[in-house]
Amino acid sequence: MRIIADTGRCVGAGQCVLTEPALFDQSEDEGTIIVLNEAPEGELVEKAREAARVCPGQVLSLEA
Amino acid sequence: MTTAEKHEFPMSRTCPFAPPPAYEAIREEEPVSRVRLPDGWAWVISRHEDVRTVLNDRRFSADRQHPDFPQLVKGEAASRRPDEERMLIAMDAPEHGPARKAVLGEFTVRRLEALRPRIQEIVDGQIDVLLAGPKPGDLVDALSLPVPSLVICEMLGVPYADHEFFQEHTVKVIKQSTPPEERWAAMGAIQGYMADLIAAKEDNPPDDLLGRQIVKLRAAGTYRRTALVNMGLLLLVAGHETTANMISLSTVAFLRNPEQLALIKADPGRTLNAVEEMLRYFTIIDVATARLCVEDIEVGGQLIRAGEGVLALGYSANRDPRAFENPDELDIERGARHHVAFGFGPHQCLGQNLARMELQIVFDTLFRRVPTLELAVDVDELPFKDDANIYGLYELPVTW
Repeated sequence: MRIIADTGRCVGAGQCVLTEPALFDQSEDEGTIIVLNEAPEGELVEKAREAARVCPGQVLSLEA
Repeated sequence: MTTAEKHEFPMSRTCPFAPPPAYEAIREEEPVSRVRLPDGWAWVISRHEDVRTVLNDRRFSADRQHPDFPQLVKGEAASRRPDEERMLIAMDAPEHGPARKAVLGEFTVRRLEALRPRIQEIVDGQIDVLLAGPKPGDLVDALSLPVPSLVICEMLGVPYADHEFFQEHTVKVIKQSTPPEERWAAMGAIQGYMADLIAAKEDNPPDDLLGRQIVKLRAAGTYRRTALVNMGLLLLVAGHETTANMISLSTVAFLRNPEQLALIKADPGRTLNAVEEMLRYFTIIDVATARLCVEDIEVGGQLIRAGEGVLALGYSANRDPRAFENPDELDIERGARHHVAFGFGPHQCLGQNLARMELQIVFDTLFRRVPTLELAVDVDELPFKDDANIYGLYELPVTW
């Protein structure tokens, strides 16, 4: 799986970081998304799906 | 297409633990339908999927100062000042993004985590106040209001000694029955205070949120006092009433559902899930998510035209069985994170992670330190805020 984030539309709510800090962080200055690991495996795949589901800006897309 | 308006809005809750009864019929029968407002009409959006669509689409404007923006209070449009500086919640793209991002850095998950020990200290201090006071005591007075109030005052750099002034005026601002002139007067009073406070910080900006904003915006060449006054007010007002009401209502819900309370007491690892479920279950701000359509769009099979108003009903969305199984049951283990209690889209609550942390710390600490906590009156006797735009409790008599 590959995580693609449309950072321009990120609203900085931090829901992805709450979901899985091993995959996501926020920029210190603007609070927008930083993908720490673009190719999650194992249990992290489900976490990436959850993050995409709750993201209020719907900026995450997941490629198989 | 349906044109008749069967229902009037806004609707009041008849049960403290459920949405207005008509929401279910609307959601199941005519999920996007026209309703009467005090001065006109709007579309209500009632299903979870459609609410998320509306709140995350640029064809809907948040500009509540626009003359056509749906109004929930009679005659309110007349008091709108379209030329006045907009608060963040009333801005659209492209103005909204940069204004929000200017302050977002203060509310990242990492940044807030650093505040956890101090918030714990504040919560413990207020529980000391409760325990040292008379029995029964008022939880609103001892804990629910002071905790978020102390936290946001400290973050912003607002002297806590002034919090009563804010609370008094904030209550007027959010009460539906407050006449528009009085609401504007109350807003004006808080605005004047904030302007003085910020002016005093300009010479030698202190290391608090407002001071750091002055430094940051000056460096970017975009500092304007009026804009920071609006931002400060928004954060202060939003930080006062919302979390306070969630603390009170959730406490009642836990005491009425001891088996749910037992789950978090046995494993505090479940508390964050409980926070999400409480947010979903109560959805204390329901109709704040009104929008104005600025370009034709189809939502849930219904064409909405530019110039028409919509109310995205968060409380209905959060009780939509398509999104939540057995939605009327309180179930802290359901995994309710996709609720829309904080809204959705670019305007989703800026302070949501602060609210989560405050609620988490309160739930864990209150029931651990006061294990015998109980309501001092029947639930029927509790003064719920049926007349406010933010639902909650005026008082919560408890004993232990």
